[in-house]
Amino acid sequence: MVQNNLDFEQPLIELEEKITELTKFMEERDINLTDEIKRLETRADKLREEIYSQLEPWQILKIARHVERPTTMDYINLICDDFIELHGDRNFGDDQALIGGIGKINNLPVTIVGHQKGKETKDNIKRNFGMAHPEGYRKALRLMKQAEKFKRPIIALVNTPGAYPGISAEERGQAEAIAKNMMEMTGIEVPIIVVVTGEGGSGGALGIGVGDRVFMLEYTYYSVCSPEACAAILWKDSDKAKTAAKALRLTAKDLLELGVIDDIIAEPPGGAHKDYKRSADLLKERLTQEINQLQDLETAELIENRYNKFRTMGYIKREVEEKMDESIESCG
Amino acid sequence: MLKDLFGGKSKYVTVERKRRSEEKEKEADDKKEMPDDLWTKCKSCKQIIFNKKLAESLKVCPECGTYFRLTATERLSLLVDDDKFEEYDADLQAKNPLDFPDYEQKIDKYQDKTGLREAVITGIGEINGWQVSLAVIDSRFLMGSMNSVVGEKITRAIERALKRDLPLVIVSGGGGGARMYEGMLSLMQMAKTSAALKRLDQVGGLFISVLTDPTYGGISASFASLGDINLAEPQAKIGFAGPRVIKQTINRDLPDGFQTSEFLLEHGMIDKVVERADLKNLITRIIDIHNLRGEKKNGTE
Ligand SMILES: [Zn+2]
Repeated sequence: MVQNNLDFEQPLIELEEKITELTKFMEERDINLTDEIKRLETRADKLREEIYSQLEPWQILKIARHVERPTTMDYINLICDDFIELHGDRNFGDDQALIGGIGKINNLPVTIVGHQKGKETKDNIKRNFGMAHPEGYRKALRLMKQAEKFKRPIIALVNTPGAYPGISAEERGQAEAIAKNMMEMTGIEVPIIVVVTGEGGSGGALGIGVGDRVFMLEYTYYSVCSPEACAAILWKDSDKAKTAAKALRLTAKDLLELGVIDDIIAEPPGGAHKDYKRSADLLKERLTQEINQLQDLETAELIENRYNKFRTMGYIKREVEEKMDESIESCG
Repeated sequence: MLKDLFGGKSKYVTVERKRRSEEKEKEADDKKEMPDDLWTKCKSCKQIIFNKKLAESLKVCPECGTYFRLTATERLSLLVDDDKFEEYDADLQAKNPLDFPDYEQKIDKYQDKTGLREAVITGIGEINGWQVSLAVIDSRFLMGSMNSVVGEKITRAIERALKRDLPLVIVSGGGGGARMYEGMLSLMQMAKTSAALKRLDQVGGLFISVLTDPTYGGISASFASLGDINLAEPQAKIGFAGPRVIKQTINRDLPDGFQTSEFLLEHGMIDKVVERADLKNLITRIIDIHNLRGEKKNGTE
């Protein structure tokens, strides 16, 4: 599994290997090395904390893309008491890259939609690497409309590199599918909570990304385009992706500052992939808390707040005629 | 029609025209022997066409029928009755909220080059006597990409239609999609404009979306696809992902005519492909059919 290691974790991995070695040695030779091991473990914890407290955007991106990261299905299994996956957009087919269904969290009925990635090659091909076709977005909308009918809150788990760029996707109206979802999601009369759990790839993410609350897990990104594409377009050099990752302000911390998201949901030390259960617990706790709050709102207030949330996004400058007296206005 | 396109009767057209002629003079100084403001070479058939003749044909090649892109000003002149356009929100300008490297310089450069402050012109105009809330994207300005300002101006145009009970016409032509330099704030304009359109939709407002070359990414995947009626000019390239990205992803050549207006029509994504010369008339007829009271509306205020 060496290929799955994150390069910036190398010192930590070496330390962890040493601990494993010593533990084995201790057992084999029956020598007491408990103190030494404890010392190393403390050092490893400190190092992990150190590494993870000063991650560069590019490193966060790598964690967000980690193949072992919990998928939407993993979270569903860990969060829901019961869940039934529902299939198909009733028009064309069933997209395996964007799934959804109905279930219960702490006895509360919910509808969950989310991008689904695979963990190994075969699964990833089936899931198209989490890149949905129009029928995926249309299935999600169908299930959200169904949730509205039965007054179930909606949870949208975002984890996609982007909507699929392919011939069939264009033929079936990828642009329209995403646009329609955003438009309809602004009017759906039940609470919608959006959580970016891995990659928030542009329009493909936003296609299920309009909600009353938009959260990001700690080590995820949400971006107008991939840093690789950005670097290739702006600087004709995809090696500058690291620079682009920084410039695009795509981390949870950046986007909280810019007012694009509402909050950051913490991950266990070393990232969600190190502890699925803990990560799901943290997510579940926040989801139930927010759903409870949102369910207290009158429908009209819910919809009005959701509208205003997106209506006020952006920064503009107003220049009064040709004069130089500029008043800065952030539209919102 | 020559007069309509370049006559510059409306105040607003004159302003831009002045800037443009200054620019042209500068260009002419640079290469004195080639007075290329007199003629244009068609990219498709390679014929030399006099600009006067090209303007007469509304910038459609008289030799081969190839569509040249229109600037926002030219488009407005084509659609709006003489002098009957009042621009709104012209003073809104971009900030650099991410401190993105070189963004201010880029804005300056395109402002100088186009005489526009941003990639969209919005306002209220009259189309064959009908008052209409209008937004026209200019693909010359950073590829007509959508940033906070473009999103805000389009949203205000939608709200203007809603408040004054006017039909809404948005002419899209943005190959750049959501503008990278403003990161997620650009992407969020897709949600913002779509949300505003939902409100217009709920009160029975009419939205005619006109897709022109090129309409891609964050523009096609938001307001441009959400018209009650979606029209497109012939030969326009329209799609979600750019052809280069698709080619790279699937690793094979794209079929002929892929992502053209005609392709979209065939696949059920637009209502009608309309010749440039017929656009104004068609929009008028659509508005006319939607006016249940049988009389031309006057915008209040
Ligand atoms: Zn030609």
